[in-house]
Amino acid sequence: MAIPGQKELTYLEEFMEGIWKQNPVFVMVLGMCPTLAVSVSAVNSLSMGLATAFVLVCSTLLVSLIRKLVPKEVRIATYIVIIATFVTVVDYLIQAISLALYEALGAFIQLIVVNCIILGRAEAHASKNPPFRTVVNALGMGIGFSIGLFALGSVREILGAGKLFGIPLFGPDFQPWVVMVLPPGGFFVLGAWLLLFNWLSSRKGGLERVEPVEGHVHG
Amino acid sequence: MNLHTTRIELRTSPHVVKGLSVEDIMFNVVLALLPIAAFSIWQYGLSALVLLLTATVTCLLTERLFNYWSGEPNTLSDWSATITGLLLALTLPPSFPLWMTVVAGFVAIALGKVMFGGIGHNVFNPALVGRAFVQAAFPVSISTWAPAYASHRFTEFIPTTLTWPLMTPPNIGPWAKQALDGFTGATPLARWKFEHVATAPYDLLTGAATASSGETSAILILLCGAYLAARRFMDWRIPVAVLGSAALVAFLFQLWNPARFPDPGFVLLSGGLMLGAVFMATDMATSPVTPRGVWVYGALIGIVTVVIRYFGGLTEGVMYAILLGNALAPLIDQYMQPKVFGSAGRKT
Repeated sequence: MAIPGQKELTYLEEFMEGIWKQNPVFVMVLGMCPTLAVSVSAVNSLSMGLATAFVLVCSTLLVSLIRKLVPKEVRIATYIVIIATFVTVVDYLIQAISLALYEALGAFIQLIVVNCIILGRAEAHASKNPPFRTVVNALGMGIGFSIGLFALGSVREILGAGKLFGIPLFGPDFQPWVVMVLPPGGFFVLGAWLLLFNWLSSRKGGLERVEPVEGHVHG
Repeated sequence: MNLHTTRIELRTSPHVVKGLSVEDIMFNVVLALLPIAAFSIWQYGLSALVLLLTATVTCLLTERLFNYWSGEPNTLSDWSATITGLLLALTLPPSFPLWMTVVAGFVAIALGKVMFGGIGHNVFNPALVGRAFVQAAFPVSISTWAPAYASHRFTEFIPTTLTWPLMTPPNIGPWAKQALDGFTGATPLARWKFEHVATAPYDLLTGAATASSGETSAILILLCGAYLAARRFMDWRIPVAVLGSAALVAFLFQLWNPARFPDPGFVLLSGGLMLGAVFMATDMATSPVTPRGVWVYGALIGIVTVVIRYFGGLTEGVMYAILLGNALAPLIDQYMQPKVFGSAGRKT
């Protein structure tokens, strides 16, 4: 990001930002509503991730293009209108491609409008950067979000139904873990992934770790 | 002798410390659980034995694994993971598949205990966290019951015990029929709820009823609890409050409508109320510490248990009642602070 005094990122770094260092699901923990609600299966979570990525890339591109024309006072309203336009496009697109998927995702497609990742990117990145850089960053973020959703959805589908992408993995005798397709399962799996991600990052030292306000003293 | 040791020391209480360690207390709880475990093996045979061993070993291994990962010293020797394992096994049905027991044991320690920082830091009773997880994950297996005192219990496993990992357990029917003709596989609580048949108190007392492996013998549980209470390793007020409030509520309901509600004796002796009240609600880390708070906490558990049993979809409510009590324990403590001696009577 173009903060004065800070070295500008290369395009590769800009792209990897969303996938690893600032992953929307595992590091920024944004967009939790669709993440927890939709990640019941791998297909649902991947399509949700791709839909969000599409909206993210298109709307940040447009925001970046008109960033010098929009008065500061009405910028949020402008962003929302732009985002809502692309969400409507995606909404009809999914409906046309697969009605079953459309019904499975339900209101969460329309709710992409209020997904804080997209508004956050528009405000924090697209409004301050040239179009190409913004698209690269948004693409990384979108892919990072899709990876995060897929990580949740695949685990929940494997344990909750014994399948991956609808293909049975363990034969007909598999015992489904009912809790995994219920809301608590989403929290369990998200917690486990966050744990793993934090553990990896603390070993690599590659992530910007948020230090706790009060250090816990071990007796 | 230097100057420092001859000085008068000024300290806050406590001034007299009993030489009692966490290990002593926990070891005595294990001792008190052993007769109950032995009785469940006598009732259910081989399957109960491997269930107890699997749960305990899983809990110990999980604790060791997390000790290793976090680079902290080995905490297996404080016996608390052993207690979690034993208690978990005692709350599971004897026919519970072993691979699910491993899941329950892992979740109990990992999610119920280590995640909060280990012994003394946990908010919920770890054994109940494990059980709540498998109850949500495997609702069928956790309500499949095996008959007690089957004649071939020491030579054969209950068929569901040795299910392959991740696979659905087989039907328990043929094995149970072989053991006891006309076996329905319903617990006394389920029979009361769905068939309106109350089991005879004698069967409940001696453990001849269908139930989880460790919750059948009320007499044994009370005796073991009395040992712990007599040695002050357990707060006797908690079980008294739980059982007393459950009995009182049950008595009032029966007074109101005797045709619909069972007598208080049935409520006390059936299901896991006895085991929960004596061994789980009394967990030191998860129960209140204030004298009045302990009574409130116990009464809350007793009342919620009866309400879930009478009006809820589940047949048994002890587990959720205790977890709810655990969650409210800090709040109860906050409102039940004893008045400091010598302080003013009323705030102005």
